[in-house]
Amino acid sequence: MIGLDRVSRTFPTRDGEVTALSDIDLRVDKHEFVAVIGRSGCGKSTLLRLMAGLLAPTSGTVTVDGAPVRRPRADVVLMHQLPALLPWRTALGNVMLPVEIRRLPRADHRVKAAELLDAVGLTGFHHRHPYELSGGMQQRVALCRALIQQPRVLLMDEPFSALDALTREELATQLQAMHMSAPATTVFVTHSIAEAVLLADRVVVLSTRPGRVRQVLDIALPRPRSFGHSAHVAEAAGYVAELHDLLLHD
Amino acid sequence: MNASRPVLPVAGALAAIGIWWGATAVFGIRPLFLPAPPDVVAAFRAQPGYLLCETGATLLETVTGFGLAVLLGLLIAVTLTASRTLERAALPVLVALNSVPKVAVAPLLVVWLGFGPRPKVVLVLLICVFPIVVATMAGLTSTPSELGELSRSLSASAWQTYVKIRLPWALPQVFTGLKVAVSLAVIGAVVAEISNPSGGLGAVVVLSGMSFDTPLAFAAIVLLALLSTALFYLVVAVERLLVPWARAIAG
Ligand SMILES: Nc1ncnc2c1ncn2[C@@H]1O[C@H](COP(=O)(O)OP(=O)(O)O)[C@@H](O)[C@H]1O
Ligand SMILES: [Mg+2]
Repeated sequence: MIGLDRVSRTFPTRDGEVTALSDIDLRVDKHEFVAVIGRSGCGKSTLLRLMAGLLAPTSGTVTVDGAPVRRPRADVVLMHQLPALLPWRTALGNVMLPVEIRRLPRADHRVKAAELLDAVGLTGFHHRHPYELSGGMQQRVALCRALIQQPRVLLMDEPFSALDALTREELATQLQAMHMSAPATTVFVTHSIAEAVLLADRVVVLSTRPGRVRQVLDIALPRPRSFGHSAHVAEAAGYVAELHDLLLHD
Repeated sequence: MNASRPVLPVAGALAAIGIWWGATAVFGIRPLFLPAPPDVVAAFRAQPGYLLCETGATLLETVTGFGLAVLLGLLIAVTLTASRTLERAALPVLVALNSVPKVAVAPLLVVWLGFGPRPKVVLVLLICVFPIVVATMAGLTSTPSELGELSRSLSASAWQTYVKIRLPWALPQVFTGLKVAVSLAVIGAVVAEISNPSGGLGAVVVLSGMSFDTPLAFAAIVLLALLSTALFYLVVAVERLLVPWARAIAG
C-alpha cells in the first residue's frame, strides 16, 4: 500500500545540509498498523510528511498504491501533533472543515460528524469551541476531523504526546477499537514504547542523525490488547524491554 | 469580578471630577483659568443645540473618515499580503509613511481640498488607515504553520485558505488595529477643525478660546472625550460580537 524505496531527505540550513532521513526502505501493507519510534529529531515527522505528499524526497521514491506521491491525496490523511483546530469553529464545525473544503455533500457528513464525535466520547460537546475543551478533547476532535475523510491511509504524528498519561491510554485504547472495527492503513509516530506495543502490528525503530531504519519488530500479540493485566503481560513486557534496549543503545 | 467591572471605572471618573471640583474650590481658581464642573454644565445648558450640532459635525467627519479608513486599510492589507515579494517591498514604505506626522499635513489639506468637511474627513482617514493596514497585515501573515499545513493537506484552494483560515485568524489583530485607529480618529478630526475652524467641536474650542469663554471650551472638550470613548466602546462591542473567541484564547 505504502512504499518507500531508498528515500532520503535533507534540509538546507545555515550551517550546511541536515540529513533528516537517509536510505529508508519501508513497506506498509493494507490495513496494517505500523508504529514508528525514535528519539526527537530523528526524522519521524519528516517521514510522515513525505508519505502525506507535503514534502518531496531528496532522493528515492514514495508510493501509495504503486503511484508516486507528488501532492497530498484525498485518501491519505495526516493528523498533526497539535490539534490544529480553528478557534472560531465549534467541535462539529471543525470536523466539517474537510467536508466543506472538498465540497462533499454536507447534510450526510453532518450526521456522520456527529456520530464520530459521539463515538470518541464527545456527546454534549458538539457545539463547544476548542477553548472550552480540554487538550484530550481537542485531540479527539482532530481525530474525528481526520476520520470523516474516510482515509485509506491514516498518518498520525505523536497525536497524544501533549496529553496526560491516563488520557493517552484512554485514547490509545479507543484508537485500537476503531482500528479493529474499521481498519485503515495506519502509520503512528510515538515516543511511547507502551503505546507502540499496544497498537502496532509492526514497530519501526529509527536511529538518530541521520534517521535510518534501525530495526523492525513484529508484535505478535492477539487483539484486543490492553495496558493493564491480560493473558499476555509477559510477552508484552518482553517487547517493551526489547524496544527499550534498541532505543537506549542507539 | 464581573459585578465590579462597570462600577470601578464609574467610581474612577467620579473621583476625578471630585478632585477637579475640590481643587477649583479650595484654591479659588477663577473660571477663566479652570472652570469648575458646574460652570461647564452651565456652559452646555446655555446653548445645548449649538454644541450638539457641532458634536454631530465632528461625529460625522470622524465616522466617515474612520469608515473609509477601514475599507481602504483592509483593501491595502489584503492586496499587499497577496504576495510575499509585494509585502516585503511595501512594508518599509508603509513604516516611513506612518512616521510622517499626519497632523502637519492638516493646513496643506485645506489648500488642496478647500474649507468644507472634506479636508477633515481626509485627515481622519490618513491618521486611521496606517494602524489598520499594519495590524491587518500582521494578522494575515501570522497564520500558524500547523494551520497552513492543514489547508495544504486538504488541498484547499488559495481562496478557501484565505476565507476559511487566514482571514478569520487575522480578525483579532484587525480589531487591535481598529481600536488604535478609532482612538486616533477623533484627534484627527479635532486637529483638522482647529486648523480650519469652520465647524465642529474643534472650532468651538478655538472660537471660545478667542473670546475667553473657558467654560464653553471645556464643555466642548468634555463632549469630545465622551464622543471618543463612545466610539471606542462601540468598536469593542463589535469585536465581542464578531470574535468572541479571541479573548478566550488570549486569556
Ligand atoms: N523544514 C525544515 N528545515 C530544516 N530542517 C528541518 C526541517 N524539518 C525538519 N528538519 C530537521 O530534520 C530533522 C528531523 O526532524 P523531524 O522530522 O521533525 O524529527 P522528529 O519528528 O523525529 O522529532 C531535525 O534535525 C530537524 O531539525
Ligand atoms: Mg516530530
